[in-house]
Amino acid sequence: MSAGASGTAESRSLSGGGDSTTAPTYADVNRDIIRTLEFPSNLYFGWMSFVALTLAGGIFAWILQIYYGIGMAGKRNPQMWAMYITTFVFWIGIGHAGTLISAILYLFRARWRTSIYRGSEAMTVFAVLTAGLFPVIHLGRMWLPYWLIPYPNERYLWPNFRSPLLWDVFAISTYLTISVVFFYVGLVPDIAALRDAARGLKHRIYAALALGWRGTDRQWRHYRRAYGLFAALATPLVVSVHSVVSWDFAMALVPGWHSTLFAPFFVDGAIFSGFAMVLVLLIPMRYYFNLYPYITAKHLDNMAKLILVTSLVLTYFYVCEGFVAWYSGEPIERASYLFKWVGVYAPWWWLQIFCNSVSPLVFFWRRARVHVPTLYVVSVLVLIGMWFERFNIIVPGLARGFYPYTFGSYVPTPVDSMIIIGSFAWFFILFLAFIKVLPSVSIVEVKETIPHPVRDAHARH
Amino acid sequence: MRHTPRPACSLRPRAARVSARYHRRTWSRCRSDGSPVTQTPAPGVVGVFAHVDTTVHAIRDLKARGFGRIAAYTPVPLEEVEEALTGHGLPRSPVRLFTLVGGLTGTLSGFALTIWTVLKWNLITGGKPVVSIPPFVIIAFELTILLGGLCTLLGLLVTAPLPRFRGSPRYDPRFTADRFGVEVACAPDQVRTVEEILKQAGAEEVRL
Repeated sequence: MSAGASGTAESRSLSGGGDSTTAPTYADVNRDIIRTLEFPSNLYFGWMSFVALTLAGGIFAWILQIYYGIGMAGKRNPQMWAMYITTFVFWIGIGHAGTLISAILYLFRARWRTSIYRGSEAMTVFAVLTAGLFPVIHLGRMWLPYWLIPYPNERYLWPNFRSPLLWDVFAISTYLTISVVFFYVGLVPDIAALRDAARGLKHRIYAALALGWRGTDRQWRHYRRAYGLFAALATPLVVSVHSVVSWDFAMALVPGWHSTLFAPFFVDGAIFSGFAMVLVLLIPMRYYFNLYPYITAKHLDNMAKLILVTSLVLTYFYVCEGFVAWYSGEPIERASYLFKWVGVYAPWWWLQIFCNSVSPLVFFWRRARVHVPTLYVVSVLVLIGMWFERFNIIVPGLARGFYPYTFGSYVPTPVDSMIIIGSFAWFFILFLAFIKVLPSVSIVEVKETIPHPVRDAHARH
Repeated sequence: MRHTPRPACSLRPRAARVSARYHRRTWSRCRSDGSPVTQTPAPGVVGVFAHVDTTVHAIRDLKARGFGRIAAYTPVPLEEVEEALTGHGLPRSPVRLFTLVGGLTGTLSGFALTIWTVLKWNLITGGKPVVSIPPFVIIAFELTILLGGLCTLLGLLVTAPLPRFRGSPRYDPRFTADRFGVEVACAPDQVRTVEEILKQAGAEEVRL
């Protein structure tokens, strides 16, 4: 009885009472967030060098592939997509959580998004930039990607608008453009705050980037309206992009791919893996920048809940996939599904099930949702699981088609593995550069959520 | 930039004298005491506030006294301030018109591009009509979002207006940190009154 009473008193002092004394003020927010842009430590440079070396390895592998041909990447009939498109879909998926957090949660007025949305939006932009490399890397003649763009030419040749691959070009380039615009518009008032705190060359660079933002009532009025409209436009876009990516598969008559399930299945998986990546990035960032007052246990808790929900939905889709295969009455469809369970790639299938459907179940316990090491491990597992989910769609799907003569397995080569590792390096180098150049937590939006300075509250002292 | 009059002293090093001459030439106009005259800003006053409620108060008082040309500088968007400035609910922004026009242009151009090109490059498959609307909806949708988004950006840049590097000289760098500003454009003989109102409302600092 007494223990319970003291427990509630303690929790009240931590949550209720703690807020009024430790809630940051406007000046604190500016100071704490601008502090993250100070000259980096040796640890940062160490990570940067490591990532840059890995990226150099990836670039070297790509040069080899361009020089000697696409066969270096282990592309042989019927495995023409293999790891490149796996990783492409993986990165596009990662790019979904950012817009979900910044646009959908904005429209739903979920106030807790404010301190994590900038980091996840940056993640979106960089993930889409990484994904965008893969269709080009995957081209046999990578110097001709502009053939996908509809432009007038002397032979009246136009791209085939009935091809899902072309829908992809439109969806992804739109998504990249809108994400960059949304990201930059959100940054402008923050860059103005950096401009006003900086001197010398830094001041001039930030002044140019801030476009002369001064925070007048007129600017805010149009800004807020524009921001809401961006969110409203980005919300259907984010759903459409991964649906279109899923139609790359679902429109083909390949067993295991030709299903109406694919669009929601892919969108859900994308959000799931995106949240995991947000946690993977934000947890170390919170530690190194000491952002504990801004990224609190509540944020981690909410993110973990979203991971749990999307995981359960994904599990439902896995079950549906089996049901569709069985109910179709189509022997090849059933064989293709069984092949995933017991065939050459079965270990990766079961790894995917463990990572995506089993490991997030720990988030049913609140303690796991706020326990940082657990969160981190589960997030990394989810990322692994989601990469293998795409692998298990693409590679086993193509390995066993309709006609046994065209059966063929895929084995990774050093070149394509190195390019894929290099893509992670490319993503992380962009993110590492970002956190030291631009505010990784939104100054303005965090200020909006904390109590506004009011004279009456301060009249006492 | 107030300069104290310097004594015309020949003991100053040559470099300094040259630089002073250079400055006088570049600024072109000099006051009688020799201090440079920069561009004279439009007359007006700015009050620096530390609190939202005092800022809103100042705006209301100024409006009640008939001052119309008021601008507020805030580190965050504040509905209270916007409402105080209009005197009634939140004002509308024309940005959404840009979005609408951009979005519709996107839809139309998406359909126009796809239909026109399939008619130009007449690839008949399975005897089906070449103008197949369902796949074109996807292109039209993406272009709706793309042009809608880009026009929203354009709308923001036009209405805000941005970029604008020459803002008011009374802008204070603290306005992006933790201070609120109320700027009033007024005739020189009203400066006193405005200063009074701002101070009374609780301004920390009032400047020309």
